[in-house]
Amino acid sequence: MPIGDWFKKEQKDDTQSAAKRAVPDGVWEKCPGCNEALFIKELERNHMVCSKCDYHFPISAQMRIEDLTDHGSFEELWADMHSEDPLHFIGVKAYALSLDKAEKTTGLKDAAVCGRALIDGRRVAIGVIDFKFIGGSMGAVVGEKITRIIELATEEKVPVITVSSSGGARMQEGMISLMQMAKTSAAVARQSAAGLPYISVLANPTTGGVTASFATLADIIIAEPKALIGFAGPRVIEQTIKQKLPKDFQTAEFNLQHGQIDMIVDRANMKRVISRLIDYMGS
Amino acid sequence: MKRFAYDFERPLVQLETTLDEMKRLESAEKEDIAADICYLEEQIQKLRMRTYSKLTAWQKVQFARHPDRPKMVDYVEAIFTDFIELHGDRAFKDDSSITGGFARLDDEKVMILGHQKGRNTKENIAWNFGMPNPEGYRKAIRIMKLADKFGLPLITFVDTPGAHPGIGAEERGQAVAIAESIMELSRLKVPVIVSVIGEGGSGGALAIGFGDRVIMLENSYYSVITPEGCASILWDGEVSAERAAEVLGLTADKLLELGIIDTIVKEPLGGAHHAPALVARNLKKEIVSALDELKAAGQESLADKRYEKLRSIGHYAEHLKALTK
Repeated sequence: MPIGDWFKKEQKDDTQSAAKRAVPDGVWEKCPGCNEALFIKELERNHMVCSKCDYHFPISAQMRIEDLTDHGSFEELWADMHSEDPLHFIGVKAYALSLDKAEKTTGLKDAAVCGRALIDGRRVAIGVIDFKFIGGSMGAVVGEKITRIIELATEEKVPVITVSSSGGARMQEGMISLMQMAKTSAAVARQSAAGLPYISVLANPTTGGVTASFATLADIIIAEPKALIGFAGPRVIEQTIKQKLPKDFQTAEFNLQHGQIDMIVDRANMKRVISRLIDYMGS
Repeated sequence: MKRFAYDFERPLVQLETTLDEMKRLESAEKEDIAADICYLEEQIQKLRMRTYSKLTAWQKVQFARHPDRPKMVDYVEAIFTDFIELHGDRAFKDDSSITGGFARLDDEKVMILGHQKGRNTKENIAWNFGMPNPEGYRKAIRIMKLADKFGLPLITFVDTPGAHPGIGAEERGQAVAIAESIMELSRLKVPVIVSVIGEGGSGGALAIGFGDRVIMLENSYYSVITPEGCASILWDGEVSAERAAEVLGLTADKLLELGIIDTIVKEPLGGAHHAPALVARNLKKEIVSALDELKAAGQESLADKRYEKLRSIGHYAEHLKALTK
């Protein structure tokens, strides 16, 4: 490798697509799971999963859709929907500024990307939450888009798939965010009543209002390895009970052991598993 | 008896204590202080108005948490008759932080369901300060299903700081228990009337906290997160919960404006605990009138209407964003 490459990390390449920007620039990436230096090209080929320790790097919504659906089949819907900052919320900084910043770093208008797609030739509706957009939190836009994609699935009689990675309800939109839990859950009830499948994939991390609504109401719940999945954040629990938490607490493996999810599936196998499940559950 | 008072109430309580003392002296006929008492009473009245007539969001949160504030048990006693409490989730245990059962609202047979906060330490420990574990929500789902099966309107009372955060709660599926409770509530065919009587703490409240009519007591709050939690996450604890309460928009009047609740029941100056019987009477009036309206609307369409109501909650825009500087 030429010595110049070692400095590439410093260079900014604005021509990169938003999806690619979710991947850190440079040639090597240190794995947070095992500290191993990984060759980025290889990492990308491996769906952003560490070949040494199976650590699943966070990936963008676009990359997930690319991973899970037939190439070129995804037709995005409601891409322009954005928050109106209904409370004119000002925290350390204005929520409006956080939205602008998130939009610039992700290329998205909000955290959910939804649309029609094909999985091995079968029609599905898919909604993916991107953690990079304000922690994947659910405000009015995420709630509305997830509700719409579930309603679309019910109307078009196709399976719906959601992929979540979210800190929960977006506090900057106050009670409007909390009510999205009810809205999305009510939509799941209708998809279910229509006898149509819903598969929910939980990626690292999925907590709070997203786990306590649509994401755990699926017919089948799949988690990525080692993903943090829970209701209350570990810090809150630790402060409340004043005890050290078990080492694997709230991991996908912990959740599987306690009967909270159906299976843990590697990112590389995810599409195949979903495809097989749809085959059983679809008409 | 020394009564509980928040800091902002202290000057008033001090004056009131002085007044009591003066009245005691007067009745003992030690001094003629009638004029002084009269003056002090006037001052107290003025101060009471100043202290309570324009409560901040944080002061309302404090009232919502006031130890003397009427709890679900008080409203059940005041509003209903012939209550038959039901127990257990049929899987793990009976979680008494959520309770419910059959009851009569005047002549109407209904099902009631609510968070139980204690009126004293003993009750609070037994009822886990109104913080349910998953089995509490699973009991709630059982009660909802019974209400649906037997066509009984569901009347819920919301008063929880939030779902219990604990290892066991996570092991037994706190998230999915809440999610399923929400989903069940969304599809009930019977009328659902919700009264937020104290704390409406996040998902733990929402699990039994939305319906065809949502009534809020004036000094209760309903929030996506506790003001303390919001302050510690968004401001790294540098800003007080007081400020967070202000920006979260968690008060009854703000939520009415946002279309999240339907009605506010006024409280007397100084909060519901100053006149519990009056507040219970007014709350009952609202519940009865909501039920009359909903029954008149016919049962068939209630779940659909509730869905439409949920569907309408969300402030977003779909046009392209105007360029901002």
